[in-house]
Amino acid sequence: MLINMNIKLTVSSSPHVHTPMTTRGIMRDVLIALMPAVLAGICFFGARAALLCAVSTGAAVFFEWGFRKLIGRKNTISDLSAAVTGLLIALNVPPTLPVWMIIIADFIAIVVAKQFFGGIGENFVNPAIAARIILMTSFPKEMNAFIEPVDAMTTATPLALAGTDAAPSLWQLLIGYHGGTIGEVCALALILGGVYLLVRRVIRWIIPVCFIGTVAAVMFFADGCSLYSAAYQVLSGGLILGAVFMATDYSTSPVTTWGKVIYAIGCGLITCLIRLFGSLAEGVSFSIIIMNILTPHIEKLTMPVVFGADEKGRKAKEGSL
Amino acid sequence: MEKNKALSHEFTKGLLKENPVFRLVLGTCPTLATSTSVASAIGMGIAVTIVLTCSNIVISALRRVIPDKVRIPAYIVIIASFVTVIQMLVKAFVPALDVSLGVYLPLIVVNCIILGRAEAFASKNPVLASALDGLGMGIGFIFALACMSTIREVLGSGTFLAGIKDLLQVFGEVDFNGFTIPWLSEHPMTIFVLAPGGFFVFGCMIALANRVAERSGRKCAELNGCGSCPMAASCRMTGEEGRK
Repeated sequence: MLINMNIKLTVSSSPHVHTPMTTRGIMRDVLIALMPAVLAGICFFGARAALLCAVSTGAAVFFEWGFRKLIGRKNTISDLSAAVTGLLIALNVPPTLPVWMIIIADFIAIVVAKQFFGGIGENFVNPAIAARIILMTSFPKEMNAFIEPVDAMTTATPLALAGTDAAPSLWQLLIGYHGGTIGEVCALALILGGVYLLVRRVIRWIIPVCFIGTVAAVMFFADGCSLYSAAYQVLSGGLILGAVFMATDYSTSPVTTWGKVIYAIGCGLITCLIRLFGSLAEGVSFSIIIMNILTPHIEKLTMPVVFGADEKGRKAKEGSL
Repeated sequence: MEKNKALSHEFTKGLLKENPVFRLVLGTCPTLATSTSVASAIGMGIAVTIVLTCSNIVISALRRVIPDKVRIPAYIVIIASFVTVIQMLVKAFVPALDVSLGVYLPLIVVNCIILGRAEAFASKNPVLASALDGLGMGIGFIFALACMSTIREVLGSGTFLAGIKDLLQVFGEVDFNGFTIPWLSEHPMTIFVLAPGGFFVFGCMIALANRVAERSGRKCAELNGCGSCPMAASCRMTGEEGRK
């Protein structure tokens, strides 16, 4: 019974197991993963794309700092989440957008969608998506002013051109040589970023794969078992950008595995409904915001049963064990 | 003197302290629907104020005659008569307002500010106090609508008082038809005249009103239990119990 009484024990409350992952580290990884798409956008659309990215990131960080200062709370700009939101907004707008509009979008995302609800982790919809949708409903003309890369000719999103002679080839869609928002054009760069996030374990594969898979499957059958159609729909518009970087937002997507599956399939189905039958060409942002709002209900439905409780979540009776 | 003070309180409480829209959160539906332009908002506000004042007077005068059990149908009949009169007057003299308000003009019948004041105030108080209460609440409603519609119209359409000509026409021929705001009219933020923008402005205004009330030492409306509800006095759940 000889116990060394000199061992210093730390008494603390749970949790006792910590992960080295921090919000700042995760957000830094997301920023790194977005870099290929940013570079591709700047390559194709020139200095204006770079300007929008810089202004948007700066404005988002400024609004986060300013609002936290105003309400006298701890400042959260060092977790880089505002920078990610700002950059995502820039990637979600056409390169021709006036600079003041993107500053309004940053204000909506950071102050209205995020800080009004309590800041990071408390927002009920993805701030960048909310900002994009408000821009789309407020300034439809400017938000649809797409241009061709390099020669800057006016064009439409490939989704509006599908099935016409002006439709870009699959190869063009993959490398990004077509009209679209700054970040969505280059599918290759987005996939590269997505793989980086998967390897770094920042996101799990379920949401992007189920989301894109649902769209591919529906489009495959909708156009009479056409592989071309499925590939065309997956590579055009904001699907990959949305599925990899926006639908996977922690605070607005379910935590449970089956919840993620339901959420992603829902996103895919709504996207297809809007693309096939809606008056808008693109439906990714609307599908994500709708599923964001449904997330608490999906989580409630798929909550795992506590060990020792029956299926309805009641505590099992003593005798039944 | 004391009586005068009490009467003036009945009039002024509706303006800010118990503003029907921002503090009691009544009449939300017409507020959101008609505050897309200042002209239609003011038209709506005036129509509601007239109906509210008249119905308060009549209901207060008849408060000892109306049997308790059928009071709600009786109130509705009185309110509906005044709404019909107003609707006919608007159709005759300001047809443009009739078009812009559409279904919301006949829907004043079920406006909960009017029914709420009938239940909570006019059915328990003398005629003069009820008239002042109706007038004050009505002006509070006009004030709330004017605030909201100014923000929504300026940001959402880039104009101010557009279409006011149709309202002013009643007083004679006028040339003034509102202002066009130079830069905003070229880039209007359409979302402000749509429903989401309406809710957004509404939420901000309520927050602001609560802030102002907090500053002046009045407690924020707390949304728990019947005690905080403005309808508690007249509500069936508590009211029937209370009468026993």
